[in-house]
Amino acid sequence: MIPNDTPITPDLVKSHGLKPDEYARILALIGREPTLTELGIFSAMWNEHCSYKSSKKWLKTLPTTGACVVHGPGENAGVVDIGDGDVAVFKMESHNHPSYIEPYQGAATGVGGILRDVFTMGARPIAAMNALRFGAPDHPKTRHVVSGVVAGVGGYGNSFGVPTVGGEVNFHPRYNGNCLVNAFALGLARADGIFLSEAKGVGLPVVYLGAKTGRDGVGGATMASAEFDETIEEKRPTVQVGDPFTEKRLLEACLELMASGAVIAIQDMGAAGLTCSAVEMGAKGDLGIDLDLDKVPVREERMTAYEMMLSESQERMLMVLEPARQAEAEAIFAKWELDFAVVGVTTDTLRFVIRHQGEVVADLPIKDLGDQAPEYDRPWVAPQAPAEVKAADVPAPNDLGAALLKILASPDMCSRRWVFEQYDTLVQGNSATIPGGDAGVIRIDGASKGLAMSADVTPRYCEADPYQGGMQAVAECWRNITAVGATPLAITDNLNFGNPEKPEIMGQFVMAIKGIGEACRALDFPVVSGNVSLYNETLGQAILPTPAIAGIGLLADVSRHVGYAFRAEGEAILLVGGHGDHLGQSIYLREIHGREEGAPPPVDLAAEKRHGDFVRGLIAAGEVTACHDLSDGGLAVTLAEMAMAGGRGARIDLEADAPHVALFAEDQARYVVTVAAEAAAAICERAAAAGVPVASIGVTGGETLRFGDGAAISVSSMREAHEGWFPSYMAG
Amino acid sequence: MLRSAVIVFPGSNRDRDMVAALTKITGTAPAVVWHQDTDLPDVDLVVLPGGFSYGDYLRSGAIAARSPVMTAVREKAAQGVKVLGVCNGFQILTEAGLLPGALMRNAGLKFVCREVKLKVANAGTAFTGAYMQGQILRCPVAHHDGNYFADAETLARIEGEGQVAFRYAEGTNPNGSLNDIAGIVNAAGNVLGMMPHPENLIEALHGGTDGRGIFESLAA
Repeated sequence: MIPNDTPITPDLVKSHGLKPDEYARILALIGREPTLTELGIFSAMWNEHCSYKSSKKWLKTLPTTGACVVHGPGENAGVVDIGDGDVAVFKMESHNHPSYIEPYQGAATGVGGILRDVFTMGARPIAAMNALRFGAPDHPKTRHVVSGVVAGVGGYGNSFGVPTVGGEVNFHPRYNGNCLVNAFALGLARADGIFLSEAKGVGLPVVYLGAKTGRDGVGGATMASAEFDETIEEKRPTVQVGDPFTEKRLLEACLELMASGAVIAIQDMGAAGLTCSAVEMGAKGDLGIDLDLDKVPVREERMTAYEMMLSESQERMLMVLEPARQAEAEAIFAKWELDFAVVGVTTDTLRFVIRHQGEVVADLPIKDLGDQAPEYDRPWVAPQAPAEVKAADVPAPNDLGAALLKILASPDMCSRRWVFEQYDTLVQGNSATIPGGDAGVIRIDGASKGLAMSADVTPRYCEADPYQGGMQAVAECWRNITAVGATPLAITDNLNFGNPEKPEIMGQFVMAIKGIGEACRALDFPVVSGNVSLYNETLGQAILPTPAIAGIGLLADVSRHVGYAFRAEGEAILLVGGHGDHLGQSIYLREIHGREEGAPPPVDLAAEKRHGDFVRGLIAAGEVTACHDLSDGGLAVTLAEMAMAGGRGARIDLEADAPHVALFAEDQARYVVTVAAEAAAAICERAAAAGVPVASIGVTGGETLRFGDGAAISVSSMREAHEGWFPSYMAG
Repeated sequence: MLRSAVIVFPGSNRDRDMVAALTKITGTAPAVVWHQDTDLPDVDLVVLPGGFSYGDYLRSGAIAARSPVMTAVREKAAQGVKVLGVCNGFQILTEAGLLPGALMRNAGLKFVCREVKLKVANAGTAFTGAYMQGQILRCPVAHHDGNYFADAETLARIEGEGQVAFRYAEGTNPNGSLNDIAGIVNAAGNVLGMMPHPENLIEALHGGTDGRGIFESLAA
């Protein structure tokens, strides 16, 4: 055990992830050499994960206000008004590094952490999603990571009792050494029942709630702020261990306590545990905090102050309590068999004071820990625009039907049933959809309204052009929410990138943010919460830039949402947004011709909004029987998915000279909708008047998907191809 | 009017679904009883809902089967009061010895949430009267430990006595259960345990109403 007064050597500073100039800043700030515990506290507060020191400058440029926004970024989660005094509380957060080191626990605690962020604010979690990226299927570690991550997400969420209603799964060699696990949670609260972390009042008890503190996760946030190398296996002790049963009890106990009026401020213990939560509560409230670590419930012997302050043991909360209500609060936690301990007090000194075994082991200026964290304007270079790929230069497939089947059976495009059947998608009894559609839809309990949600990003687009890719991620999310009939409200962003100290990576980050901001402004889709995960690199190889966007939308009447399955025979199939011709970075180009080339499809935000608003209007008017957006794989894949989901085919008229271009182009701002045959002509006329290109391209029915006089593929063969890959891969 | 009570364990998570289903179908909200309570109100039906009562630690349902409220549940069952255990509730009932057999880990070793087909194997029970004998129902499952097992003698007995209420039909057995067993009643016929979740298929939002029959049978 290293003593608290151990001399701070350059090596010790380095092993805490602090740069020499950052250490110099610490010395200047406190005017003396820090103790070991203090060094640990600085390291926890000043790492990239907690301080956003590389990203802050750019995050500030994102639009965070709007008519529906109650609380934007800066709280545990964003809060959005959904009418009738109800608010939706949501956020997405990464747990990438731990999930690669220990997939099951890494993913499980990622889910646990985001659920806690939501219920810390007084909201009962009612839906979850996750966006997962794995390495190439043939990489020796991928199967193990997929299996562990999916089981971990399910193991935690299922037991906790929140339905998982959507998500994404992608494979790419650039994630071979760094998988991405981005977990989203959405909770429901009353507008007047939101709890914040800002402490108020001097001399009030600071209470520790939940599970006991162990040595798991010590230094986790610092680990998550560094690149990986060949010593990764040694980092396993930095991964936390989750217990969803405790989290479920913590949820119920916290909501019960909040309803009693005894809670003044509350903050969950996430990254950097006790340190981050205490500093946040004090600094936000302009108060000091005194903690007595002898009072902290521990589950291991002889824990040092350093370990207790940096432990990332799960399922813990810190709260400032109304003192008159202490007995009542203790009784609630006793009922749920959880720890409840007064571990400190709020002060007017603005100092963060830690006592342990009769000694003061840390005494730091609390505001400076957060406010004075370094902030960098890192050098960046805008990436080179890739050469365009002209549609005329992309050959047709030898066999259109075979090409479509190959795409439907490819790792990125096949059915995710193997994944989502391991998630409880129905618990709480308000799920209107199961995963696989454009957006997950849930009913607000006891009401007729509903919420739709979707998580989206196309990393290969972002790699080719982060600005367009950032815009596209927001646009696709907005489109998916629109496709079920909902009005998009707001997003949370989860920005996953490589090492920001490399100007080209920083350039990806900056340009993606610019694109995201542009799209959010144009679509009135503000950012209300988010998370940044940098240093996703192994041995110098960065991940694809992956700014995942998760958005929510409101359905005034949940029973009016539409699905994507062809519902009946003989309905007209309308293509909204017109035929496309952009094959650069398309799935077709990659899966059929083995080329990851070109510029991604450009995003026209005005067209996106016009087309989406038109489609939403049609759905609201009850004229649409099914709707699906066009994205990966273009028109052909959209039609195939609608056919497979409905168990019925369609006849599609294709007049194009190059059907493969029309079928596989990934031009944006497009949807396929089905309507009653007799309504089609009038809808097309109205669309033309609204400046929206809409064409009737075919009729539903039969057992095959038939393209003009060319290919005809049976729905059953598409299903076989589509459903087969994942189970057989995982069994391999 | 069906008077009911739903027992809540610390890790129950389909308790709210069950309360909603009972309220919507019977028109009366059930009493909600905490697992530490030792008394049950005067009711016609006691429900053990789904979830992970004690985190499924040790074995699913094993700890819950020994919680204080179970003494009262046993007494009610002995008096002939109807007892329904769904999913974790079924696991608790087998662990408590109120139903024969055991629910083992799914044959596929994974949690499985999907819609299956159920065949009404005995429409003559108090829980299945609203269905036709042999009727095929849609119903979702969501569990990790639903693989029904009993020794050969027990299996022969419950089959012989008509205690199998539901079977997975049309090749949809999701967990490896013996004889495709999805739900069984006790010898007296007043205790039903089933793995599928009828409470999650009771209204248009759920895409079907096949699950209502169980509650309607009880309310009849």
